[in-house]
Amino acid sequence: MTTPLTLRNLTAHYGATKVLDDLSLDVGAGELVALLGASGCGKTTTLRLVAGFLQPTAGTIHLGATDLTRLVAHKRNIGLVFQNYALFPHLTVRDNVAFGLKQRGLSGAERGSRAGEMLERVGLSALAGRLPGALSGGQRQRVALARALVIEPPLLMFDEPLSNLDAKLRVEMRVEIRELQRANQTTAIFVTHDQEEAFSISDRVAIMEAGRIRQFDRPETLYSRPANAFVARFVGFENLIPLTVTARDAGRITAEGEGGIDMTLLEDDLGPIPDRFILATRPDGLRVLYGGHGIPARIGLRTYVGRAYHYQAETPAGNLVASGPLGQPREHGETARLVPEPEQCSILPPEAAA
Amino acid sequence: MTGRLHPALIAFAFIVYFFLMGPLVIVVGAALSDTGYLTFPPQGLTLHWFERIFEMSAFRRTLVTSFQVAAISTCFALVIGIPAAYALNRYRVQLPGWLSTLFVLPVLIPEIVLGFSLLRSIQVGAGLPVVSTLIVGHTLLVLPYAVRVISASLASFDFTIEEAAVSLGSPPVKTFFTIVLPNVKAGVIASIFLAFITSINDVSVALFLTGPGISTLPIQILAHVEQFFDPVIASVSVLLMVLTVIVMAVVERTLGLTFLTK
Repeated sequence: MTTPLTLRNLTAHYGATKVLDDLSLDVGAGELVALLGASGCGKTTTLRLVAGFLQPTAGTIHLGATDLTRLVAHKRNIGLVFQNYALFPHLTVRDNVAFGLKQRGLSGAERGSRAGEMLERVGLSALAGRLPGALSGGQRQRVALARALVIEPPLLMFDEPLSNLDAKLRVEMRVEIRELQRANQTTAIFVTHDQEEAFSISDRVAIMEAGRIRQFDRPETLYSRPANAFVARFVGFENLIPLTVTARDAGRITAEGEGGIDMTLLEDDLGPIPDRFILATRPDGLRVLYGGHGIPARIGLRTYVGRAYHYQAETPAGNLVASGPLGQPREHGETARLVPEPEQCSILPPEAAA
Repeated sequence: MTGRLHPALIAFAFIVYFFLMGPLVIVVGAALSDTGYLTFPPQGLTLHWFERIFEMSAFRRTLVTSFQVAAISTCFALVIGIPAAYALNRYRVQLPGWLSTLFVLPVLIPEIVLGFSLLRSIQVGAGLPVVSTLIVGHTLLVLPYAVRVISASLASFDFTIEEAAVSLGSPPVKTFFTIVLPNVKAGVIASIFLAFITSINDVSVALFLTGPGISTLPIQILAHVEQFFDPVIASVSVLLMVLTVIVMAVVERTLGLTFLTK
């Protein structure tokens, strides 16, 4: 039942616009992978290519040993769950769930019993005779889930399935989806623009931008070790400071940045440092101190975030966001030094000239 | 603004309705008159003129022709109109904008012009028989209504539902009949009634295409008025009115008339 999905060098166009650019992705058997990115990044395009609703201009799609690339959509045997549920409005809940079984030529009795079983698993047995119009959003999405699961597809795909639900239900449904997917060991793709959702539900996350995957890794790795400036910004590294190495002395690096700022970093703490790099930290990784060797700054707006204060800070290298302890609130206009905490910093390659 | 209506507004509405309904009252009255000529108010009451309609073979024959032409051209309009409306909505982004205009264009062409050009091109030119030309003409006449009304239904149809069916293993053509069509059923039924009524009531196109021996009911009514001035004409008109009202009532009870105005 568990089958890996392999995308190789997929390129897709809408008219003359390239929307997917040489994308390759390996989803392991039984794995749930989230495609995460802003709208227009190509995540839904990827899903539609795999579903067969779009044809790639180049590249291949394999599900296990089967080449799906040129197979018509209705023969792909993929379970799909849509953002707007896409239930059949003129069919009862039971007939909605049984629809896929009917296409597979199952007898009426068997369709009924399997649809009934599936509805029980999603807790909707009591509503089997209703029309979708009479259900709430959460119930509708459960029916959609049951309808996709009942055909026992080797691959499940979710297209922003929780976006139309309220916050509390969203969290409940995502646990439910994850449990059903785990229990069936079904390979799954989950498209979303919600970082928390992607990180909490998936084994691995592909962060996408402009038709490419910028980083594909476990959520923990993405969160603590982003591979590039785009991913770093995406996961909340608000301070990205471009620096150039001016001196190296046995792992002790002196680097200089915009506005004449300079700092000393240890490769022991941060790993190998290239000649040009970006030092990335979250606000919590940039401490506000009175003196010492750091980036000179003028304190701006102070915000209370629970465990600390965050400060907007004006520096020669641009505006940064730093943090300071609750015991010593700083006032607007004070001067200070900002010092990066090495264990909360990432060294990133410089961005291509934009 | 929920306060009392201004008396002038009430008076205006009353005048509008008076001019709309007044002629109808006169026609009904004239149809019941026992005089041998058209007059209002009726002198005495009789249903004799309704009997006369069915005694006159010309009315019987043209009524049958009218129904045949209406039924067949409605079918043609659906066969062309449903796929056209589907394509126009399904591929709205991909298709050029003028294409949807093309399908409502016949409405913009004066019916007189349509009738005349059909006469020249396919009746005289290609030598098609009268009934066939009428069917072609009425298909063109009612097609825009069919496309518009079915399009209105499809506009609120979510095409991801179709994709869901395909993903569950239903081939595209089968999906159209089992998933798309049942959900735009109301629009299709409404367009059937609308097309049928439009065809039955048409004068301008039929005027050019009918000839001696074969005619439609409205043309027969015109011909009758030119020769006689008896209340039969009023009673035929009442009959057509009743027919239209019945159809509208059925539509209203089953679908709601908003389908026709969308």
